Amino acid sequence: MANKESTFTNMVLTLFLVTLAAATTLGFIYELTKEPIAEAKLRKKNIAIQKVVPDFTNEPNAEAYDVAVEGDTLTLYPARKDGKLVGTAVAAFTEKGYSGLIRVMVGFNANGTINNISVLQHQETPGLGDKIEKGKSDWSRQFNGKNPEDFQLQVRKDGGDVDAITAATISSRAYCDAVEKAYKAFQKGGLQ
Amino acid sequence: MNQWQNFSKGFIKDNPVFVLFLGLCPTLAVTTSAYNGLGMGLATTFVLVMSNLVVSIIKNLIPGKVRIPTFIVVIASFVTMVEMLTEAFVPDLYEQLGIFIPLIVVNCLVLGRSEAFASKNNIFSSIIDGLGMGLGFAMALTVLGAVREVLGSGSLTLIPDVLEFTLYQGDGMLVFVLAPGAFLALGYLIMLADKVKKKMY
Amino acid sequence: MDYLIIVISAIFVNNIVLNRFLGICPFIGVSSKVETALGMTGAVAFVMTLATIITYLLQTYILEPFGITFMQTITFILIIASLVQLVEIILKKVSPPMYQALGIFLPLITTNCAILGVAILAVQSDYNLLESVIFGIANAIGFGLALILFAGIREHLDLMDVPKPMQGVPIAFIVAGLLSLAFMGFSGIV
Repeated sequence: MANKESTFTNMVLTLFLVTLAAATTLGFIYELTKEPIAEAKLRKKNIAIQKVVPDFTNEPNAEAYDVAVEGDTLTLYPARKDGKLVGTAVAAFTEKGYSGLIRVMVGFNANGTINNISVLQHQETPGLGDKIEKGKSDWSRQFNGKNPEDFQLQVRKDGGDVDAITAATISSRAYCDAVEKAYKAFQKGGLQ
Repeated sequence: MNQWQNFSKGFIKDNPVFVLFLGLCPTLAVTTSAYNGLGMGLATTFVLVMSNLVVSIIKNLIPGKVRIPTFIVVIASFVTMVEMLTEAFVPDLYEQLGIFIPLIVVNCLVLGRSEAFASKNNIFSSIIDGLGMGLGFAMALTVLGAVREVLGSGSLTLIPDVLEFTLYQGDGMLVFVLAPGAFLALGYLIMLADKVKKKMY
Repeated sequence: MDYLIIVISAIFVNNIVLNRFLGICPFIGVSSKVETALGMTGAVAFVMTLATIITYLLQTYILEPFGITFMQTITFILIIASLVQLVEIILKKVSPPMYQALGIFLPLITTNCAILGVAILAVQSDYNLLESVIFGIANAIGFGLALILFAGIREHLDLMDVPKPMQGVPIAFIVAGLLSLAFMGFSGIV
């Protein structure tokens, strides 16, 4: 089938040319998709912020700032309406999930109560742990309107005030951990 | 063999999943819903068609001994393209499929078609072969995804929010969306496919 | 302690074959005898550990500094393919008996998605070099465990009276499903 002989120069040359062509094409496509990828990520973030804080008129993403909590760095997005701070969205994460990383966006009202929470990323078990998602069950609504000051962000088994998801205590615990982290960051650096 | 036979062989007669048992890793891993299966199937189809096309074009320029490495480079390039394109334009699907997009490169189906078909046939036949095999693969993944989704979560999602049906409320047989269900469902589907094949051919 | 968690998690909780669905082709293909399963495991363990080390170095010292991480898939698979060739040549020279035993499995390993999968997973999990090595070895053990258990069951299955339409591959999948179900019992221990 192959017409060319398998001499050393032939082989090296072919492989080199093929790899070169591949690298050039990929570099080109990389440049082409770089912006849409960044846009898609930004859009996702903006939608998450919109979901968790009250109506705002500013651009929270442009005013984002970092706060260090217990060795991790969390990003806070202040939401303002007509110049007045109405809430803060905190992007938090935990690695204690049943299948590792869970990333959430927690929205606090200006007075420190939780307005709403949105899960950005998780790999929890379908049908069990994935009930932390809004679309899958009403479980996460129990946080809305609560102030972590007097609402212990721990599952009842551990002495807190959160009802764990049946058969998914680990996922519930991890979720609480992420929200707790967000609250700490909010306490430390929010209300600016 | 005419082109119609060339195209249609991927669906039942030489179905990559049910009959040839190729590309089983993504088949089992991503089929937690019909939509995920379909997305993975179409991504693989793209890689299959494009790599078959390129391999059949360059087949006479490649020295025999570096044939396989060259094919792998060609396939890996298209896989990376698919990876970047899905991340840019269907980010939700990209997140769902995760590590299995780069793993298309080691899907034995793709390298298998390059080596067994595209390196011996002309450009047009190679494209048809890639398209038929790819769509057969996509069909198998969608069917498996649909079975698991219906039994496991009581819904059927072909396109989120557009073609999405809820069949019954509450939890289904959870085991089918979990790992063991993938093996069980595929085992029964292979048995069924064998029956269908024997009836038709 | 972290290392222990990586090991237990890779072998039992997130078993590479039964939970992550990597390396299914050899799992179904070559695991009808315990002896061949052992051979395959040896070859995979060897290549997987080496591949994880090299791809880690490649990622940290070449791809990331130069900002060309989009070349990851291409470079990783080339590394694995050449590594398999290299291992084959070296084994042939150094230890002919071992080459005899592993030889036929080696070419199959290039397209074993477990190798590339573990390499990518190690990079994605932000492991350091030592953690990556341990992750590679632990996954190889997990792969071997699943393969050998499965081969043992299949050897017995040959003597069973399986309904005719289920014979061969379908029953293998059902057995794999039950095995995977059993491994789910380990979940939550780390």
